[in-house]
Amino acid sequence: MARDSDRRRSDWQSAALDRIAPDPRRRPDPATEGLARGLGWFSLGLGVAEIACGGAIARWLGMPRLAPVLRGYGLREIVTGAGILGTRDPTPWIWGRVGGDAVDIATVLPGLEQGNPRRGNALIALMALGSVTALDAVCARNLTQAPLRPSRRVRRDYGSRSGFPEPPEAMRGRAADFAAPLDFVGPQAMRPWTEADRPQAARR
Amino acid sequence: MRALVWHGTQDIRCDTVPDPQIEDDRDAIIRVTACAICGSDLHLYDHFIPAMKKGDIMGHEFMGEVVETGRGVNGALKKGERVVIPFTIICGECDQCKRGFFSVCERSNRNRSMAAKVFGHGTAGLFGYSHLTGGYPGGQAEYVRVPFADRTHIKVPDSLTDEQVLFLGDIFPTGWQAAVQADIQPHDTVAVWGAGPVGQMAVRSAILLGARQVICIDSVPERLDMARAGGAITIDNSVESPVERLNELTGGKGPEKCIDAVGMEAHSPRALEQVYDRVKQAMMLESDRASVLREMIYVCRPAGILSIPGVYGGLIDKVPMGAVMNKGLTIRTGQTHVNRWTDDLLRRIEDGQIDPSFVITHRAGLEQGPELYRTFRDKKDNCIKVVLRP
Repeated sequence: MARDSDRRRSDWQSAALDRIAPDPRRRPDPATEGLARGLGWFSLGLGVAEIACGGAIARWLGMPRLAPVLRGYGLREIVTGAGILGTRDPTPWIWGRVGGDAVDIATVLPGLEQGNPRRGNALIALMALGSVTALDAVCARNLTQAPLRPSRRVRRDYGSRSGFPEPPEAMRGRAADFAAPLDFVGPQAMRPWTEADRPQAARR
Repeated sequence: MRALVWHGTQDIRCDTVPDPQIEDDRDAIIRVTACAICGSDLHLYDHFIPAMKKGDIMGHEFMGEVVETGRGVNGALKKGERVVIPFTIICGECDQCKRGFFSVCERSNRNRSMAAKVFGHGTAGLFGYSHLTGGYPGGQAEYVRVPFADRTHIKVPDSLTDEQVLFLGDIFPTGWQAAVQADIQPHDTVAVWGAGPVGQMAVRSAILLGARQVICIDSVPERLDMARAGGAITIDNSVESPVERLNELTGGKGPEKCIDAVGMEAHSPRALEQVYDRVKQAMMLESDRASVLREMIYVCRPAGILSIPGVYGGLIDKVPMGAVMNKGLTIRTGQTHVNRWTDDLLRRIEDGQIDPSFVITHRAGLEQGPELYRTFRDKKDNCIKVVLRP
């Protein structure tokens, strides 16, 4: 039998990957999975809003010079949202959101200074950011602690479940007595790649 | 009686419901001795198939013992006989049934007009599979009413166990039909997407039908183990590109025959494609995710055949029809014409060519059904196939 994908990764490669990368086949509980998906959509929505209305948001915060920065953050949110929704393991992307939250908080924090006539709005924004950060952190932690798919070490051995009485190689073609109905496979002349079409030399 | 009842998205409960009654002369009542959760039940669980109603009884893969028959059954079934019930309800008398196209029976779907609005024409009635297919109560229950019972059954001998024959009702003939309609030749490479229960049956069917090389693509390690046990070369699409690997295994020509045993809830390993499909699905601009179909079309050898047993329910997007046309691909698909294959498959089980019970990984009572739906859906606990005993 040809080599398979599991055998293609050498042991040292697997060990290195296990150490440095989150398992792409992590299995979080459905609630965490749902929360991660929700945060992904939230990221996309917030990103679009920040790009479309960066100027208005900056003015609302009383920090009009932040407009281009917020648009940049919007781009970051869209990339993060796409990463969360589009990859098998959203864990690094959710941790990315936690980091992004910290940057957002640091950006809005100066809005609390006495000179800002909209410091009330900045406070509201900071409270919202705090809530979202808490959600992100909970989600990231749950994802990180989620059980991994059974690895070779813990998964059940289905390697002997062939369903055949003999090795598969011996069973190959055992149903040669089966005549495929013509209404399913079409007449010979219409059938692609039939044995009769092959050049003699190419036949086994 | 106790039954697994659909209450909403991802909400299935084991409830007490009224016992079924004979409603038509051709009905029979079956006491269910074994039933299975099918991969296509998950489309209902996740509510991707429309026209489910709160209170619908789930299940279309079941078997049992005849306990009552209507007058019109005319001796075709007798009390105490052991039968597997095909998931497609068939009248046996309409034009389609006479031609052997049982899954498009013209009479068994009592909501035919509803199905016609969606599909253009009505298809056969199915057990426990939405009101689009007749709204018939399913077999994940202690008892079930079987309409057109004089034709909708497969008698099984006492010499075989429930677990050996249960899958004659769906996944075994489904995998077999997928392989048959791929018209497998001895020099063919057959690629099977999905190593779930139908994919496993398709792998074994392709081996029995003599394919030179069978390749199975999935990302779940234990499922790939089982596919390998059945004679397949495996590709883990979470760590390598199926297209590159399939080309490598076929000298750059691609597999002649491709089988989609995944269907509408495919997960693309390509992030951009997955996001695209998720967004379109959320915006109701497509109902099904077609990443497996796209990959099959792209990698299939020109003049090859695409066989699609995987369930699709509605609309898909970005199907490369240009590739289908220019490569001259043949597409064969459809719900399984179960009774067309079961005599032959039952003989093969009796002869010992194959024992389909290899796929069972979880056994439980009906009460554990709701929990096992989640386990199966989330592919937890090495779950590949669940059999329940009411």
